[in-house]
Amino acid sequence: MLQHLKIRTKLLLLLSIGLLGGCATSAPSLYHWGSYQELVYTQYSKPDKATPERQIAALERDIQKAKSANKPLPPGFYAHLAYQYLVTGNKSKATEYLMLEKQIFPESTVYVDLMLKHAS
Amino acid sequence: MNRVLSLAGLSVLAVLTGCASTPAPKADYTVYRQHMPKSILVLPPINDSPDVRATYSVLSSTTAPIAEAGYYVFPVALVEQTFKENGLSNPAEIQQVPTQKLQEIFGADAALYMTVTEYGSKYQILQSTTSVAATAKLIDLKTGAQLWQGTQRLDVVDGGDQGAGIVGLLVNAAISQIANNLTDKAYPVAGLVNQQMFSPIANPNTGLLHGARSAQFMPDGQ
Repeated sequence: MLQHLKIRTKLLLLLSIGLLGGCATSAPSLYHWGSYQELVYTQYSKPDKATPERQIAALERDIQKAKSANKPLPPGFYAHLAYQYLVTGNKSKATEYLMLEKQIFPESTVYVDLMLKHAS
Repeated sequence: MNRVLSLAGLSVLAVLTGCASTPAPKADYTVYRQHMPKSILVLPPINDSPDVRATYSVLSSTTAPIAEAGYYVFPVALVEQTFKENGLSNPAEIQQVPTQKLQEIFGADAALYMTVTEYGSKYQILQSTTSVAATAKLIDLKTGAQLWQGTQRLDVVDGGDQGAGIVGLLVNAAISQIANNLTDKAYPVAGLVNQQMFSPIANPNTGLLHGARSAQFMPDGQ
């Protein structure tokens, strides 16, 4: 299906407001997204602004925020954080977060086990 | 920013679809239901547009709509890194890797093969139009069966007598400082394209089905 939607800003804004008026069908989000996707984008677009150190700082903050929001972090989050630790040479943190990814998301087991081999 | 933006996108698109008077006809989900995946491996998208940013921009915003639909989504940047370490950095090459091999390495149930067909802004005298278009196929890695396909295109007109365009949309979403620093106007549009293409809430007729981690998952079909 090719859906061609031409959106003009005013329409967009009106629609956004319209939603608040009772058209909403969306469920609350499953996860606390924090900066995860944004960091992935920045890692490619402006690598110097998403160094492993910066990513670790931002993602650790996300963990705290997710705790206070009482929401789980999304699939891949802990594995992505683990990799940042691995790059900075912190193998024990990397292993800890990889194990956490596997524990929360058993679907990741095969891949995480491969990453754990890298980390050891 | 991303959460705010995706919320704004979701609400706009929920209205566009949820309240539209003529929804698209319901897709055939028979094969999809037979091989209902729990985990989805998003492969780096092939870029058919002239803008080199298209691949990573679209890749970056695939995780949220698919994970929110109830699937495990493998960490996209790590997956890309794994391919690179194995000598594969070109999305077209990566998408040629045999499905069985992908299943072995990642243990994924299904993989998502995307192509970005259009990406970027065209500038006219008084306004610019930012367009992003993409196609996607969800393939069962055990059997190679195609479970689902999607196509989505969005054009956002910016400037002229229409106000502030994308920047206005972002300002409206209370993220003006990011809007002002935004160098790639197609990036937020790519997020909306992904949301609209994958989300079973934004796109109940042709989007993904609700996965096992969604509260709306129906194991016996929906």
